[in-house]
Amino acid sequence: MSDTQPEIQPPDDELTLGDHRFHSRLVTGTGKYTSPEIAAAALAASGCEMVTVAVRRVDLSARGAGSLFAMLSEGGYTILPNTAGCYDAESAVRTARLAREMLSTDLVKVEVIGDEKTLYPDVPGTLEACATLVKEGFTVLPYITDDPVTCRRLEDLGCAAVMPLAAPIGSGLGVCNPYSIELIVQQSSVPVIVDAGVGTASDATAAMELGVDGLLMNTAIAGAPDPVRMARAMRAATEAGRDAYLAGRIPKKLYATASSPLEGVLGAGS
Amino acid sequence: MNVVVNGEAREVSARTVRELLEELGLGDRLVAVERNQEIVPRAAHGETALTEGDALEVVHFVGGGRGQGGSR
Repeated sequence: MSDTQPEIQPPDDELTLGDHRFHSRLVTGTGKYTSPEIAAAALAASGCEMVTVAVRRVDLSARGAGSLFAMLSEGGYTILPNTAGCYDAESAVRTARLAREMLSTDLVKVEVIGDEKTLYPDVPGTLEACATLVKEGFTVLPYITDDPVTCRRLEDLGCAAVMPLAAPIGSGLGVCNPYSIELIVQQSSVPVIVDAGVGTASDATAAMELGVDGLLMNTAIAGAPDPVRMARAMRAATEAGRDAYLAGRIPKKLYATASSPLEGVLGAGS
Repeated sequence: MNVVVNGEAREVSARTVRELLEELGLGDRLVAVERNQEIVPRAAHGETALTEGDALEVVHFVGGGRGQGGSR
């Protein structure tokens, strides 16, 4: 391309969650990695700027060095504490407060689980926890079922985003109900982040093409035989899906439409 | 003094939350503490006295995405 041609670049495209801004639309979990070194390499390859961590009792019989947190701090990641493992609003609220005490962060990913087998969210418990935490000044990002009405309730409560699942946590099934996700995208004025269910790169792209604002994933990267390469794939897939959504796809047609001009074809009109 | 830390009964010589964390080898770690279900802010660790029978929770961050059943 000639230097004299003006460069046409799409405008900068940021994800805003409360007062926090991100260039990357991929948020990753930090669980299930086989070593801190692989976790660090995968997070770097994913290009993510925010990572989610769980809050747990310190194991007083084991002397860990807290290497995970040191690695995340060195990496400059924004930490998103989550309430994973909570089965009621009260423990989720308690966990969020403890996380804020440690980090002075307002961010929290609310997760109130209602069923051990599917790990589907407990909707009343999630609503209750979010209502309390919003009032306490948290930037609340709830994990929730892909139900537009519940997502609207969460937005009305003051959540900074809604995070519907694409499929059950760790299932890798991809977007099971694109219709619901699209409805949620259409109606929401807060960012929509697909949290859970992505299995491979094409799932990530497909979700982003529906118009969601971001993706949160853990198992798809950490559980892949080569997590670092999968992290890189997810980065590219998320960016590709976002760009495709913003660019706008062509309409689907039943028959072919030539993409070369029909004039001047050899042997025509002789 | 007998207290309960993370659900386990312990006899400790610490008299404050800060001393307890030091006794547990957690003095320099990023942790949060609840005493009888109330968060003790870091700035108050040194002045918060322990009393016999206190229930303390000491938590930290661990790797996790979602759904891991920790508390149940």
